[in-house]
Amino acid sequence: MIAKPAIESPGAFVFGRAPHPITCGRGLEIGAGPMIPEINFTLPGLEVNEANWPAILRHYEDMIRGVLRRAVELEIPGVLVEFETLPPMTRNPEWGFEITRLLAEQCAAFSDRHGLATALRVTPNDTREFRRPPLMRRGEHWEEMARFFDGAGAAGADLLAIESTGGKEVCDDALVNADIERVVFALGVLGARDMRFLWDRIVDSCRRTGVVASGDSACGFANTAMTLAARGMIPKVFAALVRVISVPRSLIACEAGATGPSKDCAYEGPYLKAMAGIPVSMEGRSSACAHSSPLGNIAQAVCDCWSNESVANVRLLSDYAPVVSMEHLAYDCRLANAARADSEESALRLRDWLAASDAPRDPQAYVLRPDIVLEISKRILGSTTPCGRTVQAARAAWEILDRGYRNGELRLADREARWLARLEPAIAGLPEEEPAMIAAMESKIPEGAYLPDEYGLN
Amino acid sequence: MSEWTKLYDAVLNGDADAARTLTEEALAAGAEPQSLVDDHMIPAMDEVGRRFEANDFFVPELLIAARAMKASLEKIRPLLIASGAKPKGRVALGTVKGDLHDIGKNLVAAMLEGGGFEVVDLGVDVAPEKFIEAIESNGVDIVAMSALLTTTMPSMKTTIDAIVAAGARDRVKIMIGGAPITREYAEEIGADAYGDSAASAVAIARKLVAA
Repeated sequence: MIAKPAIESPGAFVFGRAPHPITCGRGLEIGAGPMIPEINFTLPGLEVNEANWPAILRHYEDMIRGVLRRAVELEIPGVLVEFETLPPMTRNPEWGFEITRLLAEQCAAFSDRHGLATALRVTPNDTREFRRPPLMRRGEHWEEMARFFDGAGAAGADLLAIESTGGKEVCDDALVNADIERVVFALGVLGARDMRFLWDRIVDSCRRTGVVASGDSACGFANTAMTLAARGMIPKVFAALVRVISVPRSLIACEAGATGPSKDCAYEGPYLKAMAGIPVSMEGRSSACAHSSPLGNIAQAVCDCWSNESVANVRLLSDYAPVVSMEHLAYDCRLANAARADSEESALRLRDWLAASDAPRDPQAYVLRPDIVLEISKRILGSTTPCGRTVQAARAAWEILDRGYRNGELRLADREARWLARLEPAIAGLPEEEPAMIAAMESKIPEGAYLPDEYGLN
Repeated sequence: MSEWTKLYDAVLNGDADAARTLTEEALAAGAEPQSLVDDHMIPAMDEVGRRFEANDFFVPELLIAARAMKASLEKIRPLLIASGAKPKGRVALGTVKGDLHDIGKNLVAAMLEGGGFEVVDLGVDVAPEKFIEAIESNGVDIVAMSALLTTTMPSMKTTIDAIVAAGARDRVKIMIGGAPITREYAEEIGADAYGDSAASAVAIARKLVAA
């Protein structure tokens, strides 16, 4: 287990530079200084089936050629391309591999022709959740996923990632009920156990096939909370707590051998960078095409890759949406890299502006402020078990939100402040030991909601 | 309104124990079961919906109230069934084929139940045939579909086409919703209504059954 943060000084915690940079694909360096754009795209409203397959291939070919052409025109030194499969492409890995091959060929062609450093990150779906309660370690969905992990490299993937969902079957209901105890159990016990199982398998597969095991995301948990909060469904303070609570779970991928960059939608990325030293990908104002967030600027403060999350291939006034996204990313990265080229002090100044412009306005932004990330990271690593770390994350985040509200650094609406106070007793009463946590949940989670055997329990 | 206004407060405040006890007391005192529902519980849930729309309540408060209503309904429902009383309407609800997202769908279910509707929850990844089966076997008034992805939206059209082909379209109203869905899309695929939030579902369903 990681026992000590890789970054302890705020002066060393800045965008573009990570303690453990990586080189991948066709000469693409990530975390070595320059901020790198990560472009992602998806189909417009089109069902994925045999009949539409020729049109689907055309869309992907148009998208990859369009974004790489624009990258060359804007003199980007390197680009990370992400292909996040749609569920039928994981369920039928041959479909996913065919698109992977198509994208990899174009990346190679642009690298050869224009000297553009490229790498292709492939992210299959966690389709285990197609069955509720899910089978996490066996069954057809797991077998399809495992086949995808093993075959992605041969199809042309340079990096492999996933947005895994262990514990989601418990977490979904906990989120809409703002039930912090069940969230901690879902992420700190079920999620943590599944991460260890899943990432041991992914890392093994990547080592055998020469692919970079990049990272995971608590998207299905913390981003679901963020989206619910954005729609006024759950308190923002609760969503901020869920974000930090998700950190120990995602850190397990790094402990299993993931080297980054973490997934773009993993807003827990700054914590992973602080603790594990891996480069991280983030998305903010650049991903408004995919979803809203209160983290538009602060998300960029310490990122190494800057992403658009995903955008559908629809025509806009200037060009197709993926090309437009490429341009947004290119200019954002160009500004950050100009600051770094000027001086380290300028880079830190830009980082602080990015953070200061968002942090006071929303608790979810506040917990991403670089100095706060470092403070909470130390607290999390003070515990030595995933469950204990998850409880520490909840306690530290609550205390820091409360402190920020009281000292005026963080503005909260009255009903948000009421909810922050309301959540305190539940957080104070969380048991740190896993057996006690499991026992406490027995009466709170309906029997059959999850299968204990699938998490190595029983 | 009768003297059982405390039942209204119990549902509004999400006090399930009080709601259950007050219901038992009311029934023992001879209160009309349908009146308890129509005059106290549904108005309480309407107020919960209003407070949610006004940003006074979050969903957890709404769900706590829905659970209080459910606790009360457990006592009342057998009596309603025995008396032949009917729900406001029966809704078959599901996330369409290929789509696993169920949070929005579950919220709609809770809102509709709070609004006096009977909900047949078909779950997620629901094939068109399952919706048709629900129409045939449950006699539903409304089919409600949810989708979160642009790539699963077309399943809504496929489902409506299948309902038409099965000759069941004139027996049900169809309402749709979900993040990528728009009013224009609802019109384009032949749905009867579109909801932009879970909270709007009750008003839409009431309009549809009244039409």
